[in-house]
Amino acid sequence: MEALMNWLETQLADNSIFTLQTLSYYGDGLVTTVQLVALSLIIGLVMAIPLAIGRGSKRAWIRLPIFFYCYVFRGTPLLVQLYLIYYGVVFVEGIQETWLWVILEKPFVPALIAFTLNTGAYTTEIFRGAIKATPRGEIEAARAYGMSRGLMLRRIVLPSAFRRALPAYGNEVIFMLHASAIASVVTIMDLTGAARFVYARFYAPFDAFLFVAAIYLCLTFSIIYFFRHLEKRLLAHLKPASG
Amino acid sequence: MKFQKILSLGVLGAAMIAGSANAEVRDIRIGVDVPYEPMEYRTPEGELTGFDIELGNALCAEIGIQCEWVVQGWDGIIPGLQARKYDAIMSSMTINEQRREQVLFSDPYITPPSAWFAPKDVEIGTPSDETLEGMTIGVQRGTLQDNYVTDMYGDVADVNRYATADDMVLDMDSGRLDAVFLDFPIGKSTLLDSEAGNYKVVGEKITEPKEYFGEGFGIAFRQRDEELAQAFNEALATLKENGTYEEIYAEYFGE
Repeated sequence: MEALMNWLETQLADNSIFTLQTLSYYGDGLVTTVQLVALSLIIGLVMAIPLAIGRGSKRAWIRLPIFFYCYVFRGTPLLVQLYLIYYGVVFVEGIQETWLWVILEKPFVPALIAFTLNTGAYTTEIFRGAIKATPRGEIEAARAYGMSRGLMLRRIVLPSAFRRALPAYGNEVIFMLHASAIASVVTIMDLTGAARFVYARFYAPFDAFLFVAAIYLCLTFSIIYFFRHLEKRLLAHLKPASG
Repeated sequence: MKFQKILSLGVLGAAMIAGSANAEVRDIRIGVDVPYEPMEYRTPEGELTGFDIELGNALCAEIGIQCEWVVQGWDGIIPGLQARKYDAIMSSMTINEQRREQVLFSDPYITPPSAWFAPKDVEIGTPSDETLEGMTIGVQRGTLQDNYVTDMYGDVADVNRYATADDMVLDMDSGRLDAVFLDFPIGKSTLLDSEAGNYKVVGEKITEPKEYFGEGFGIAFRQRDEELAQAFNEALATLKENGTYEEIYAEYFGE
């Protein structure tokens, strides 16, 4: 480790912008961005599955609130949602005295809530579309086997819906990564926050932002690769038989 | 006709006597860009005022010359000096090397102070590594205050960086920030003079080290007007000694 640090230091000796200190800002920013995006995607995904099923329900009191939630969060910019949740909560009378303030005081949780609710709404819509597109024949076959509704959902509808939703969901993951760049407006030092700091400190927009763009590209590439791998495995049955 | 000639000769003579009494220094015009509160701005009645204006008038009075203020936009303010539209610039101009190639600076007459502000109920000693440990500090991103806090206290405290001073004040109101480090005049107008009045200044106003806070503001002259610059430097030293400077400073930067 010592040797590695020394090597890095000699490599960086020639420039004044990318010092060990600024690189550590980028490193911390990378960790924050990945945490924020991964957590919001996982929670959003878990939330979206029951919501997507409920969205297709025949009962209006289940269907309408979910529709309303999706409509609001897909119909307003994420930046506005983030502002409302981060700056808005402080106008709730007396919130500073409750236990909620402990988690809402730091910017991370408000940002996580905004991102989760946002990606949850989009993912719900993606799954709803996939569930709705289940071929009639599959459902009839399940019924003919005497499956209950729950069993049919678990064994037939959801697995095939997931497969159909996969390419669209991969897109949503990439969008979420890029949307997370706005976290720095509420003082979170994510990747973009680190880049803005370096930019403001050294007046070097190209260096600061090209470097961070390269990091985002690497992250996006990993996500694309991961989803391609998943698609290959899960959608193998849809490939042409020979080839 | 004749009378006019005599009169003009008389005026000329008087001017020469007055001039010789005061070596090289004659009445001058000073260029200024308004508004830049509280350094230079207009009162609702349209009169020029501010720290620069008052100090400038006091300096001229001390030297014993008449000074006239000429309003000039910032981007043309140095060319205007070279073109003799006025003889000096006193307009919150930071002394730096690039400008030194163009103009001659007086001694710095002020370094705009920065200060720590905190809510009245936050117990906080004179800012240091110990007192700021674990605190959340707000700064405006990319300002000299940001650089200063990041380098001095970045290891012991959380530094939150904001795009605007308004966002920062909102977060301090809500209790997310323990302290902020701001330009003193901005902090005074947004925090100390706010309606609720819940804030206080912590510790001394800070203008050092120069590496962060700069050399300060100077009066700019044409390179060849060394006597004029000399006269202003002497007058500035006198005003600092006799308390006039302190009075004007307190008027604009006092709490």
